[in-house]
Amino acid sequence: MEQTWRQAKAAFAAVSAPPIVWLLLFFLVPLAVVWAYSFGVNSGPVTIDFTGTFANYTRALEPLYVGIFWKSLIVATLTTLLCLIVGFPVALAIAFSSPKAKAWLLLLIMLPFWTNLLIRTFALIAVLRENGYVNAILEWMWTHASGLMTLVGLQPLGDFEPLTLLYNNTAVVIGLVYVHLPFMVLPLYSALDRMDRSLMEASLDLGAGHLRTIWSVVVPLAAPGVASGVLITFIPALGAYLTPDLLGGTDSQMIANVIERQFKRANDWPFGAALSFLLMYLTFIAVAVQALVQRRSERRG
Amino acid sequence: MAKGSFRRGISRRSLLQQTGAAAIGISLAGGVAACGGGSGGGRVVNFYNWDTYIGPTTLDDFRTATGVPVQMSLFATNDELFARLRAGNPGFDVIVPSNEFVTRMSQAQMLQELDHAKIPNISNLLPEFQDAAFDPGRRYSMPYTWLVLGIGYRKAAMPNGMVPNSWRYLFDSPQFSQKLALLSESADLIRLCAKYLGHSVNNIPDAMLSQIEQMLIRQKPHVKQFHQDNGQDLLASGEVDIVLEYNGDIAQLMNAEGGDAFDFVVPQEGTLINSDCLCIPTGAPHVDDAHAFINYLLDGEAGKKITEEILFPTPNAAARELMPDSYKNNPVIFPPADVMAKSEYGAFEGDERARLYEEIFTRISAA
Repeated sequence: MEQTWRQAKAAFAAVSAPPIVWLLLFFLVPLAVVWAYSFGVNSGPVTIDFTGTFANYTRALEPLYVGIFWKSLIVATLTTLLCLIVGFPVALAIAFSSPKAKAWLLLLIMLPFWTNLLIRTFALIAVLRENGYVNAILEWMWTHASGLMTLVGLQPLGDFEPLTLLYNNTAVVIGLVYVHLPFMVLPLYSALDRMDRSLMEASLDLGAGHLRTIWSVVVPLAAPGVASGVLITFIPALGAYLTPDLLGGTDSQMIANVIERQFKRANDWPFGAALSFLLMYLTFIAVAVQALVQRRSERRG
Repeated sequence: MAKGSFRRGISRRSLLQQTGAAAIGISLAGGVAACGGGSGGGRVVNFYNWDTYIGPTTLDDFRTATGVPVQMSLFATNDELFARLRAGNPGFDVIVPSNEFVTRMSQAQMLQELDHAKIPNISNLLPEFQDAAFDPGRRYSMPYTWLVLGIGYRKAAMPNGMVPNSWRYLFDSPQFSQKLALLSESADLIRLCAKYLGHSVNNIPDAMLSQIEQMLIRQKPHVKQFHQDNGQDLLASGEVDIVLEYNGDIAQLMNAEGGDAFDFVVPQEGTLINSDCLCIPTGAPHVDDAHAFINYLLDGEAGKKITEEILFPTPNAAARELMPDSYKNNPVIFPPADVMAKSEYGAFEGDERARLYEEIFTRISAA
């Protein structure tokens, strides 16, 4: 017989107390402190007066900062979309492979998590820079093509010009997609794996083609997975600061970079706190939208 | 120079800075860091230093000489150091802030006054370092190194062997479009632009600040990156031909394999001088040993071993005397006297000023 928590209160309390205390002490309390900072004023180099002012929020809503928020939203949205486009076929392939291959493929997806984000980003720099691996391969192909053309009596190609792949907004999006792809693939995979295969067989039996089946049967059934994948890709991408710092050019600043500088160089914790909370409110909105999508898809199901 | 003493691509401020940035969230919440050695009341010096900024045997030598072990932990930016000590000293005995932060931290009562009687090696310092405008009477700080910002460049990329000896090439010229990188330090950038425009690095008037902002926005399309003090990497990897960097970082690059391709110049307009200083933070648990350690670092022989490793200019006459000519006469490490005469320390002008510079930089980046 199924037991509810009411029937085992002591056990429930014993199990749930440590995580609740942990959450309270190390998440909610510091968060509340930062929230309080956002209504404070710097009264000295290391002191903040809690005056309840809204000045930090007023400043954060100036066009300069709204513009940076907007830009971060666009970059995060683009990243999420690309992750979805790349991640969906990957998740589909994993879900439909043999159990043995499945284990290996999942391992490969999770492999990057074994390395620190910073190391991975520096590795990406080594791949993308002007005399990095991508350009080295292109140059090799270029010189061989050039040699081949002289061989058949054509004009050789000119000098190889390395592609500029780093230090621009494209590099930031590439870096963010690379980092966040596993976050998208894993929830998609779990949704696709749980799916009732007989529905697809029915669709195929009833004359729908493969693409039609994927579009009309698989995608709607995977909608909750898509929604949670989108959410857990979008949120960290919105708050990314390492990737734009290291891979970005002079106009790749995102809101998290600005927040970081408030806490460090500018030594302006109240303003940094206000910006952080605005970012968090944006995240809440994203979560609410996700919940809405989920509920709608459940109602339809 | 000792072989293997050059860690290409790692400057005291590069890689660690990023990990430090990731860790700041933790230091905000906690503040009471694990400085294990402090517990139990045993004698120890907890030393908070920049990365790659000490001699290979210095800490062991001090232990041999005095019996007191040194526990070193690392920071990557002055901001990180400041943020770490902001909520109270987590147990450090000796820290190494730069000149501006010596002023800021002493104003915020985060530093203790030094007892000069316990630091007799102060007599080893060059006369011009015995006193400092940023710390009158050296009440709070002893100089450890000094450094200047300048232009590192690839010789082959300069037309007709030109020497880019003006800030114009970095701040106000399309000549090296997309082949140049600037340091992403708002205050340093703005101050050097003021220097280029013929003003002091301090007390920059508001009208000039907006002029500087316009100039940098105009220059931005030509700038490849605002780098995180890894300018020597960008130069070495061929991403850029000309870069704003510290002399010590470019000196390390030039001493590494293939370093002949690069050079460093301090522009004729003059530059910003920085000095990293040894200080004892308020609440340090081992004040006497901290003084002894500072005194030891100012010793001639100890200073020589440090300088051989880190290759930054030393303010220590006794240590410099022991160094080979290849160091003493290196124009990268010791820029010519005439440009040094035009160079200045950046003064700490209050937090409001730092915030203003930061907002200008945010506007430039968003433009």
